[in-house]
Amino acid sequence: MNETPKPNTFRSGPDEDGRFGIYGGRFVAETLMPLILDLENEWEKAKKDPEFQAELKALGKHYIGRPSPLYYAERLTEHLGGAKIYFKREELNHTGSHKINNCIGQILLAKRMGKTRIIAETGAGQHGVASATVAARFGFPCVVYMGATDVERQAPNVFRMKLLGAEVKPVTSGHGTLKDAMNEALRDWVTNVDDTYYLIGTAAGPHPYPELVRDFQAVIGQETREQILEAEGKLPDMVIAAVGGGSNAIGIFHPFLDDEGVQIVGVEAGGKGLSGEEHCASITAGAPGVLHGNRTYLLQDRDGQIKEGHSISAGLDYPGIGPEHSWLADSGRAEYVPIMDDEALEAFQLLTKLEGIIPALEPAHAIAEVIKRAPKMRKDQVIVMNLSGRGDKDIFTVGKILGMGLGENA
Amino acid sequence: MTERMEKRFAALKAEGRPALVTYFMGGDPDFDTSLAIMKALPGAGADVIELGMPFSDPMADGPAIQLAGQRALAGGQTLEKTLDMARRFRESDQDTPIVMMGYYNPIYVYGVDRFLQTALEAGIDGLIVVDLPAEMDDELCVPALEKGINFIRLATPTTDEKRLPKVLENTSGFVYYVSMNGITGSALPDPSLIGGAVARIKKHTELPVCVGFGVKTAEHARLIGANADGVVVGTAIVAQVAGSLNAKGEATADTVESVVTFVRGLASGVKAARMAAAE
Repeated sequence: MNETPKPNTFRSGPDEDGRFGIYGGRFVAETLMPLILDLENEWEKAKKDPEFQAELKALGKHYIGRPSPLYYAERLTEHLGGAKIYFKREELNHTGSHKINNCIGQILLAKRMGKTRIIAETGAGQHGVASATVAARFGFPCVVYMGATDVERQAPNVFRMKLLGAEVKPVTSGHGTLKDAMNEALRDWVTNVDDTYYLIGTAAGPHPYPELVRDFQAVIGQETREQILEAEGKLPDMVIAAVGGGSNAIGIFHPFLDDEGVQIVGVEAGGKGLSGEEHCASITAGAPGVLHGNRTYLLQDRDGQIKEGHSISAGLDYPGIGPEHSWLADSGRAEYVPIMDDEALEAFQLLTKLEGIIPALEPAHAIAEVIKRAPKMRKDQVIVMNLSGRGDKDIFTVGKILGMGLGENA
Repeated sequence: MTERMEKRFAALKAEGRPALVTYFMGGDPDFDTSLAIMKALPGAGADVIELGMPFSDPMADGPAIQLAGQRALAGGQTLEKTLDMARRFRESDQDTPIVMMGYYNPIYVYGVDRFLQTALEAGIDGLIVVDLPAEMDDELCVPALEKGINFIRLATPTTDEKRLPKVLENTSGFVYYVSMNGITGSALPDPSLIGGAVARIKKHTELPVCVGFGVKTAEHARLIGANADGVVVGTAIVAQVAGSLNAKGEATADTVESVVTFVRGLASGVKAARMAAAE
């Protein structure tokens, strides 16, 4: 890990150049640079505009369904016999995950900027569906880039996007996964800078995306803080979230970063194990590098070529991570640990049976970490976990692994 | 600064014709073939060589250059080998400027200081790093200039009057005007618009302005060359390599020759631009 001096606050980043310590920045082609500066200006204005904030809040309440509940998972707590476990129920949002929080915010920005066309990248399809949803709601044409491999394994979400009026473009360049979809979205953007808004789905990319995506997702942590104080009369001892690019995680972490007593744990996809090539643990097993507009931890070889990730969950299948997470890891404020595919799969089944909630495979990784930690904690301690998405999209993948055929998709 | 670049552009100015700047991908499809292509370029009429550094995620490139990079990486090309290619070229050519072109991550991982030292020793004259805009000058641009290696920046149609001075501030060698918003290998834009764009940049700098993106034929080279100090051709050259490979993607006896023949044609277009400009 790189040495970073301890700051007075962990919530002041990024600096004016878009950096969190050495991470972040604006590593983009000149063609995009003026556009990114425009976006930054517009975002600065929107942040302070009461009308923008009011519209965001109203859509959050009436369209997304905010605030999402903070749920005490009584049976899981009893089963594990340690800390009390709460779930922040982001899977109950409209479209079934936290992704919509960011999409609503960014589509309002796109509208302010006078853009007339939306592009997005997607892995599992959750962000694609959320983007197609807000594009439909606001009447924008929308193109979603999706790795050809993912188009095949996430057929229900592809159909959803099409129903919502989006054009789904399968990406075959490179290896046809999320990182290639992001490359292709950037190529589209650089070609259509004048009218197109790039709706990035995670807290990564060139400045100001990591900051603005975080700010749109921080509503998760802000609500959680109020809700846990009301339920328990104190802050939690630990906050846990799964990390792919890291938008749900930074959303719940950020409001707690300056609360010293709150331990923060990000869970990376350990895939089939860190000793091989098939994982997505960028922080645990990667090194700092520059990709997709920012400096951050990346899975790469000694020549600086980016490797393909692997995870049972398409949403974590990205060889990088948001730059703020890289900085939080180096500074020691947050801890990042890997969870393997099989552990996530077990957690997925346990939660379904004990609590009657089918989680997405992404938060199933966080649940697996909760299962490891809760029994070692006292009964008066509290863990809050971000249940960032529901598992309907994953039943085919899980069914296939468990040997239960589910029709054509199985 | 290394002197080769300045000398070359001064000589071309005296000759009254634009430069032919040729891009090829280092290591495509293999090291030896690629080095042979590089060595043959000046004889075919290339005035400046852009040596492509392959990267797994070339976000500003179209399919032709993406595939060329994949072929090079599959053939075992690394940044170390691309630097070595330049060194081997310099053994027999002391005059043709070499500009390395690619993305930042392989350089960052190699180590900026180590890279610049090795590049200087290998006879590199300039760098074009697509994902390092003026805002990121402290990363590589300023250290490169201090070391005496030119840092060539891309100016684009989105680079407005307000922004041009910032973009040009630390640029040296030449200015690479990307003639449209888009990725490499797209269609040629209206040549009549190029002249105005070049004139706009020249109001802010003494540096030569070379124009690229979309130049595919000798005729394109002539049209663009009439309005610029240089014509950059990349995708069309890389496509010659691709077209010459066998079914397994390996080089054939025609690979080097097909590039040479093509570049010779481009050179005739660039030379004709002189007459067009003189009229």
